[in-house]
Amino acid sequence: MNSILIIVFAPLLAAIIAGFGNRALGNTGAKLVTTGALFLSAGLSWPIFIGFLTGSASAEVVPVLQWVQSGDMAFDWELRVDTLTAIMLVVINSVSALVHLYSWGYMEEDPSQPRFFAYLSLFTFAMLMLVTANNLVQMFFGWEGVGLASYLLIGFWYHKPSAGAAAIKAFVVNRVGDLGFMLGIFGTFLVFNTTSIPEILEAAPSMSGATIGFLGMRLPTMDILCILLFIGAMGKSAQLGLHTWLPDAMEGPTPVSALIHAATMVTAGVFMLCRLSPMFETAPMALTLVTIVGAATCFFAATIGTTQWDIKRVIAYSTCSQLGYMFFAAGVGAYGAAMFHLFTHAFFKALLFLGAGSVIHAMHHEQDMRYYGGLRKVIPITFFAMLMGTLAITGLGVYHLGLGFAGFWSKDAIIEVAFARGTSAGTFAFWMGVVAALLTSFYSWRLMFLTFWGKPRWIESEHIQHSVHKTPHEAGEDTTGGYKPHESPWVMLTPLVLLTVGAIAAGQVFAPAFLDSAAFWNGSIFYNENLIGAMHAVPYWVKYSAFVVMVLGFIGAYVAYIAKPDIPAKFVGAFGWLHNFVSHKWYFDELYNAIFVKPAFWFGRQFWKLGDIATIDRFGPNGVAWVVQRGAVAAKTIQSGYLYTYALIMLLGLIAATTYVLL
Amino acid sequence: MNDLIGVEHYLVVGAILFVLGVLGIFLNRKNVIVILMAVELILLAVNINLVAFSAALNDLTGQIFAMLVLTVAAGEAAIGLAILVIYFRGRGTIAVDDVNRMKG
Repeated sequence: MNSILIIVFAPLLAAIIAGFGNRALGNTGAKLVTTGALFLSAGLSWPIFIGFLTGSASAEVVPVLQWVQSGDMAFDWELRVDTLTAIMLVVINSVSALVHLYSWGYMEEDPSQPRFFAYLSLFTFAMLMLVTANNLVQMFFGWEGVGLASYLLIGFWYHKPSAGAAAIKAFVVNRVGDLGFMLGIFGTFLVFNTTSIPEILEAAPSMSGATIGFLGMRLPTMDILCILLFIGAMGKSAQLGLHTWLPDAMEGPTPVSALIHAATMVTAGVFMLCRLSPMFETAPMALTLVTIVGAATCFFAATIGTTQWDIKRVIAYSTCSQLGYMFFAAGVGAYGAAMFHLFTHAFFKALLFLGAGSVIHAMHHEQDMRYYGGLRKVIPITFFAMLMGTLAITGLGVYHLGLGFAGFWSKDAIIEVAFARGTSAGTFAFWMGVVAALLTSFYSWRLMFLTFWGKPRWIESEHIQHSVHKTPHEAGEDTTGGYKPHESPWVMLTPLVLLTVGAIAAGQVFAPAFLDSAAFWNGSIFYNENLIGAMHAVPYWVKYSAFVVMVLGFIGAYVAYIAKPDIPAKFVGAFGWLHNFVSHKWYFDELYNAIFVKPAFWFGRQFWKLGDIATIDRFGPNGVAWVVQRGAVAAKTIQSGYLYTYALIMLLGLIAATTYVLL
Repeated sequence: MNDLIGVEHYLVVGAILFVLGVLGIFLNRKNVIVILMAVELILLAVNINLVAFSAALNDLTGQIFAMLVLTVAAGEAAIGLAILVIYFRGRGTIAVDDVNRMKG
């Protein structure tokens, strides 16, 4: 039995067992089954990855089941294992296994734990189907599967109206992207007459320059297909325009945010781009679009991140911003760098989310950073993990020493490669990337300073007040309110520690393979050796730009939140319009509300009032009921109850019948 | 004799009896027993017709059939009266105008 089959189907089996057998199994049983399956999958994934790392493994396709055989359209359930898949296997299964373990502690008091764990495992299965897909249809299956799991998990606490709304929002916004993805798949089938990814990639170069009729215009075939596919990626990966669902998705439990909305699902778009990279390479227009959207997203999301107060939302916007990095890396042709950032980002962003979850757990489910402060000494292990995560995401590292945290290797490579590309879109992406790195450093350190430094501001929080049964007034000078935050249990700290190792070392260890080794990729992505050469040859000021802005961001955050805490308020006073604009998320939600949501509601109401009530109900069921009622009232007057009336009618009927027969 | 009273005379008598019976059902507002009697009258009218034709056509079938109708009429009267007795016990009246519980 091939280990990839176990890796992919163990989580599905666990999800089925935990999901349908939740009453029989109980909490512990369901947790054991799902977590066990995930650790099994993770344990089997690493040997595959190491096999590709050392070059001893080769790409293979494992058939599972026949699926559709209909004329020209034929595709099967197949599991494709190559370098790209192996990377994703390791990322998905490791993070998922750790998140499962973490959830033992985080969800301990939740009444429906088996459901939670079943959803988590189901998500993992769908994600694995996505990354092992050998044809676009199976990829779409996984794509929708993760969307479903994401919907279920965002709305896990369905009794909260905000969670339900966020789940629906995520689903609907993703539908918009999925429409593009579907059109892309249909178009690809139309052009290539197959959905098999290897066959498409083989045929793609010969199609460059062909044109196709679309929306009444003649347009380059490959550009159209790639842009449609990219729209799908934009929806799933929360890129500018279709990003609005990601911050709201933070309504879900924190482990979900770590697994789905940081490490795995949202990177599906990047994965898809890399998987289809030879195809995108034939579509220069689409690549330019990818670069610009990615660069714009990484800047835009980073600005919003600086103004949010909810600790999870800060990290969510940070995720959005980091995804922007990955996209513009892919856009400029450095798919290896994009995948490398995906890989390192999975570690440090999952770490940051789980760390944030640990803080939230310690602070009695308070998520507002204004009510944190001074937690450094109280929850030291969480603090250390978050510190490492922050150093990783801000990209601490020195080029000349050849030492750095995970983010240093991947993010700096992306910034350099964007510069090295030399196109105007690449240069735009470079500057956006540098500015975003400054903002990343600022908001990450702002989060750290607000949470772990300064004086405790806990008593202002309603959650804490409920816990200690005191109002701020009663607590007086004691701003802790007598509340004692507790460090999380070991099941939550173990994943933190393991991810910390990843956040520190993943860059250092894997940079040579991911960035410089065409042999490692072995044809699973489009590998541009000249571009990588140019990346290493960029001037020193480019190489150090990310480092310098990182330090500037740190200093900015230090001054604003430690040294002179009145600066933010003064800044808001002086630039109120700017702060309003940014803290309202560039008014995207308001804009979408006005353009799409309100008209949709209006249409819905019109259909309801005019179409349904005034037309269908009125002439349909209600009309029929009215006729029957009136008819019955009229008909009952015939029933006098007197015998002679009936006899008369009988006689008349008899006469009529006789007359009819005789005549 | 045969010239004086032909089959048509009998038919006229039968028709008169039949109309009397029908009117007895429709115009009667008093008593359900009268209705039963009116039904008997209708059956008798039929019998007269049967016997008249039987005599005129020299065919005994009509007379045998008349005997059959008489038997049925007797049975019908017995059952009808029995129902009436039960009904009277239940409602205390057999006036036709009071028997209207089937009114819609």
